[in-house]
Amino acid sequence: MTTLPQTTEKKLGLVIDLDTCVGCHACVIACKEWNTGGYGAPLSDQDPYGAAPSGTFLNRIHTFEVTPSESRCGSAASAAQIVHFPKSCLHCDDAPCVTVCPTGASYKRSADGIVLVNEDACIGCGLCAWACPYGAREMDHDAGVMKKCTLCVDRIYNDNIPEVDRVPSCVRTCPANARHFGDLADPTSDVSRLVEARGGVELMPEQGTKPVNRYLPPRPKADIDAPDSIDLVALAEPETAGFLSWLDRALERLG
Amino acid sequence: MHPAPSIIVFTTLSGIGFGLMAWLGLGLGPDGFWFALLACGLALGFASIGLFASLWHLGNPQRAWRALSQWRSSWLSREGVASIVTLTVFGLYALLWVFFGVRTPWLGIPAAVLAVVCVVCTSMIYGCLKSVPRWSKPPTSPLFVALGLAGGALTLAALAPISGPAGGVPFWVATVMILVATAMWLVWSTKARETRLDADGSSPETAIGLPHLGRVRLLEAPHTAPNYLMREMVFQIGRKRAEALRKLALALGFAVPLVLCAIALAVPAAWPLLLLAVPVHLAGVAASRWLFFAEAQHVVGLYYGQRA
Ligand code: SF4
Ligand code: SF4
Ligand code: SF4
Repeated sequence: MTTLPQTTEKKLGLVIDLDTCVGCHACVIACKEWNTGGYGAPLSDQDPYGAAPSGTFLNRIHTFEVTPSESRCGSAASAAQIVHFPKSCLHCDDAPCVTVCPTGASYKRSADGIVLVNEDACIGCGLCAWACPYGAREMDHDAGVMKKCTLCVDRIYNDNIPEVDRVPSCVRTCPANARHFGDLADPTSDVSRLVEARGGVELMPEQGTKPVNRYLPPRPKADIDAPDSIDLVALAEPETAGFLSWLDRALERLG
Repeated sequence: MHPAPSIIVFTTLSGIGFGLMAWLGLGLGPDGFWFALLACGLALGFASIGLFASLWHLGNPQRAWRALSQWRSSWLSREGVASIVTLTVFGLYALLWVFFGVRTPWLGIPAAVLAVVCVVCTSMIYGCLKSVPRWSKPPTSPLFVALGLAGGALTLAALAPISGPAGGVPFWVATVMILVATAMWLVWSTKARETRLDADGSSPETAIGLPHLGRVRLLEAPHTAPNYLMREMVFQIGRKRAEALRKLALALGFAVPLVLCAIALAVPAAWPLLLLAVPVHLAGVAASRWLFFAEAQHVVGLYYGQRA
């Protein structure tokens, strides 16, 4: 059924910390590794070792540069900042990808709010990918069915794996601990408290999709009293004094 | 958005087919056998070819029947259901008319209404996507309906002289409908050109949820080669190419058919010109439909360095 549930008992989702994400892509690979062998068709690659490799991924990392606006910092000289930005399905409450699906393959679970695709019913029309504003759905080229983040539904309820592993693969693997999984409908859950404490945000709220996932904005940078420009040449100067200069000369003699 | 040929054939041909069904159902055109056979055959043919074309781009067309199940929420599903009902009702109407010479409004008028419903459903598949402001903001349904009815009226006028006199009501209807469609297309194009990617307030800043932090610029894309999202939704079209196609669409889709209609109205004996006008009009509408897709920007482009 592609009509959406009125409410869901839980709202399982991810909270992603843009302050600590280092853009290492480990979560992308962990996701691909788990999901290519798990739920549904494998995540195929086309021309994987060629000049233009392409493939199906459920999680992608974009890297952005954010230049502070003058009004905020008082001076245009404020340093720009890098934001690594992981993106996967946000398991929206008002998911447009679900309502456009003609076959009923796309659905949102009323128990935990996870948005899934029943691949046996999917005709591969691609309309749900068009309806998602976030680009969270990708059609698998080989199987001709729509793939998306399942929140590792085959891990989180899986009694056959150790309890510590019963979280989405990306969360389990993130070396920076930038990814958190939990119930965002429960105000006392760790994720809800994190969102509360750090002012977690929605992506494109103006699209009216009511995403469940939240992103924690980067913490404000400390005001470093750096000179306007740093003399890099001086730093690289070989005629340094003291120990470095001695080392430099010693190495030269050796060479 | 990627202008897939299958979708252009689907929307263009099913539009004109259902448009023709609408006019035939309303009782326009002569009652004679040859006109009935050709006009009904063409209407059913256009619509069926269009609907089959829509199956080409499916990843798993063998399961297409499942698309009839979600008419409560999905416009694509409604389109499927409406098409089958329309083809059945109009098919019965055509059967009675061609083989028994009975042209009953009891089937014709419902078929006409249903045919228009089909075109509305087609247009709403695109019109309901908020993620593509150019489709959801300007009125997409009146454009599709006007184009379908114009194409249908033109085809009807071209076939009418086979069993009846050249000229008269069918010629007038065709001329007026082409005029209406031209106006609709011009209004829609103007509105569409004003509708930018940020029509709902979306920007690269809101896309990553940090509008308060400053101006956002893509530094590194997630992948080195284009992926499904980029191929499908971040389609780029050259300004010059778009301009050339727009002129082509205006000339073939509207100007030439209008001139040919005017000639046929003035000199009914010149009616075979209308047989030429139909394919010319179709080519023009196909060009305009190509632009409808190619020029539409999806907000996912905001993650890939696009900005309104
Ligand atoms: S992020 Fe996209 S695919 Fe996921 S639920 Fe929301 S609209 Fe659907
Ligand atoms: S691609 Fe599959 S899941 Fe998506 S709308 Fe079409 S049938 Fe539904
Ligand atoms: S694994 Fe963690 S740190 Fe690395 S890209 Fe993913 S979210 Fe960021």
